[in-house]
Amino acid sequence: MTDVFWLIPFAPVLSSLVLVVFGSKLSKKWVSLQACGAVLLSFVFALVAFLGSLRISPEEFPIVKTLFPWIGAGSFQAGFSFQFDPLSAVMVLVVTGVGFLIHLYSVGYMAHDKGYTRYFAYLNLFTFAMLILVLASNMVLMFVGWEGVGLCSYLLIGFWFEKPSAAAAGKKAFIVNRIGDMGFILGLLFILVAVGSSEFSAINKAIGQGIFPQALATLIAILLFVGATGKSAQIPLYVWLPDAMEGPTPVSALIHAATMVTAGVYMVARLNLLFTFSGTAADIVALVGALTAVFAATMALTQNDIKRVLAYSTISQLGYMFIGCGVGAYAAGIFHLYTHAFFKSLLFLSAGSVIHALSGQQDMRKMGGLRKHLPRTFPPFLIGAIAISGIPFLSGFFSKDAILTEAFAQGKYFIWALGLTGAVMTAFYMFRLIFLTFYGQERIEHEAKHHLHESPKSMTVPLAILAVFSVIAGYAGLPAVLGEKADLFKRFLDPVIKPGAEGHIGAGTEWLLMLVSVAVAAVGIFAAYVFYLQKPGIPHTLVARFPWLYKLLYNKYFVDEIYGAVIVNPLVKGSDWVYGHFDLKVIDGALNGSASATGFFGKVLSFVQTGFVKDYALAFLLGAVIFLGVLLF
Amino acid sequence: MIPPGYFFILSVALFVLGIIAFFLKRDLITQFMAIEIMLNAANLAFLALARSSNFVDAQVIVFFIITVAAAEAAIGLAIVLLIFRKKKTIKTETLNSMKG
Repeated sequence: MTDVFWLIPFAPVLSSLVLVVFGSKLSKKWVSLQACGAVLLSFVFALVAFLGSLRISPEEFPIVKTLFPWIGAGSFQAGFSFQFDPLSAVMVLVVTGVGFLIHLYSVGYMAHDKGYTRYFAYLNLFTFAMLILVLASNMVLMFVGWEGVGLCSYLLIGFWFEKPSAAAAGKKAFIVNRIGDMGFILGLLFILVAVGSSEFSAINKAIGQGIFPQALATLIAILLFVGATGKSAQIPLYVWLPDAMEGPTPVSALIHAATMVTAGVYMVARLNLLFTFSGTAADIVALVGALTAVFAATMALTQNDIKRVLAYSTISQLGYMFIGCGVGAYAAGIFHLYTHAFFKSLLFLSAGSVIHALSGQQDMRKMGGLRKHLPRTFPPFLIGAIAISGIPFLSGFFSKDAILTEAFAQGKYFIWALGLTGAVMTAFYMFRLIFLTFYGQERIEHEAKHHLHESPKSMTVPLAILAVFSVIAGYAGLPAVLGEKADLFKRFLDPVIKPGAEGHIGAGTEWLLMLVSVAVAAVGIFAAYVFYLQKPGIPHTLVARFPWLYKLLYNKYFVDEIYGAVIVNPLVKGSDWVYGHFDLKVIDGALNGSASATGFFGKVLSFVQTGFVKDYALAFLLGAVIFLGVLLF
Repeated sequence: MIPPGYFFILSVALFVLGIIAFFLKRDLITQFMAIEIMLNAANLAFLALARSSNFVDAQVIVFFIITVAAAEAAIGLAIVLLIFRKKKTIKTETLNSMKG
């Protein structure tokens, strides 16, 4: 049954092709049916393959299926081949499952958009690229998916390209990702040189045999991680993700929360042997993850745009996933990826529902008191917020706790402390968002209030389903303290993730750590309650007392401005200079010079062409005579 | 039988006459006739060769030359006609619009 896995990516790409070619002739109903049906079909295949894989013994993974040889150059071979193992299984289920719900939601959200067909064509193309990324059995094919999702992200961020800010955001995402991709390509080339193949199995074998020098492994791992920081929006390349919120909200949910941005985490987990072997690289991953988790959370504290808060929150949560990978708890990192996919897409989609209800208003200062107006949006939103804050019995608690516990067990207390700091802020900004949006007095503008309405069924039903999963998804990976076999998720991933040196801590410590996590979350929520409901004056007092701090946070540490001044502007200025001095003078000069030289010699020699027939005939005669003379004598 | 050398002499004489005529005459029609004479001088040489040494290829070439000459005459005369219509003259010393 698992053999059907190679079919998973093809339904979306077929649908996308049909939409591109015949889209204008299809009615809206058929477009939606066909687009959602394709993803549903993929999901069914994924589910069948997953259920089949449960009955396969761990040694048989990965199952590889080569569709056709793709690149062959000398000893280097890369096939168009897929592989299926527990890690791929988790990823395809998330991509197609959450993807399907988001497709469904989009039917309602995009109903009045004139680019409806184009939207679904892009969305399905994206799904295809993402599935290629997670199913590829070699890094070259993975790179195809990697670039494919980048392209679709660009297309979808800039979906409303008539808006200059959306077009600019798309460009920014694309260019920032290119910087990361350069690292990915370099890492890939180093692997090809060192291993001679880009198959994951060959890479793992090479590491197992120890033919890798450790320094080389570190270099490769760091280069690949540069790629991951681009795609997964980590320091220093996270700047594109907040701007990416210019795209339609379901796109933010699918691409910039649940799937594409997790590609970096997936890649690190896929190459876990390499990162573990290097050691240094894993430490860097953990440190960058932890710093990002806190850094992004501080920026989320002061944002007023509902989607931007969620964007910074995503960056922060991706940081947690990298902490998990970096401290060797790859299973926990992937577990957080999987729970995060549910509650973050839930949060985005609910935020989309709020925005939809308020006719496009995204500023939280112009919301408030929406609880009674949006009775079917509010409960899922609240569940998502509770889940992400790390309140026990919801999914986010289990996954975040698994990561932090492992960081503590490995003795990386600094990382653990950073993670905990991030957790306080997570709870705080999420409930700040909830209180500002759904509680308190109404600050809705008159015009928007007039059109205020709850969203259609196709939007609220996916919310309900995602809310259910946000609650129950965590039970796949219960903490180890509840028994050796409680962590089903980790045991499922065991064939892919070679167990490293696990830090052991006593059950008592583990319970204590859990308690600390819960306490931290509770403090965050309570603080938000005091700040934004009980004594709404406090934030203003704080701003008045620490204006520089507020300014720093509100302006996102001026990172965009710093990048602009240090990197972008010098590049633009330098390019201008090169254009003026080199392009115009040297290249164009050489070109124009050779043209005018040719023209000059042509003019000089053209006196031969008198235009009189007899002159030509004479030349001809002389030529014939000389020719004959040479021939005869 | 007339020895082939005579034919060759005649052929060369015709050819040289053709060249002289081409360079001395000033209107296109006469120059055209000069070209025809040169072509037929060549034909004569080929035929003499064919007769004297049973060389069939030469006869084939003659056929080709006759065909080419016919085609050339047709096109050439048409061009001359058009030039005359346009310029009202066929004196070659006045025709130099192709000057570089």
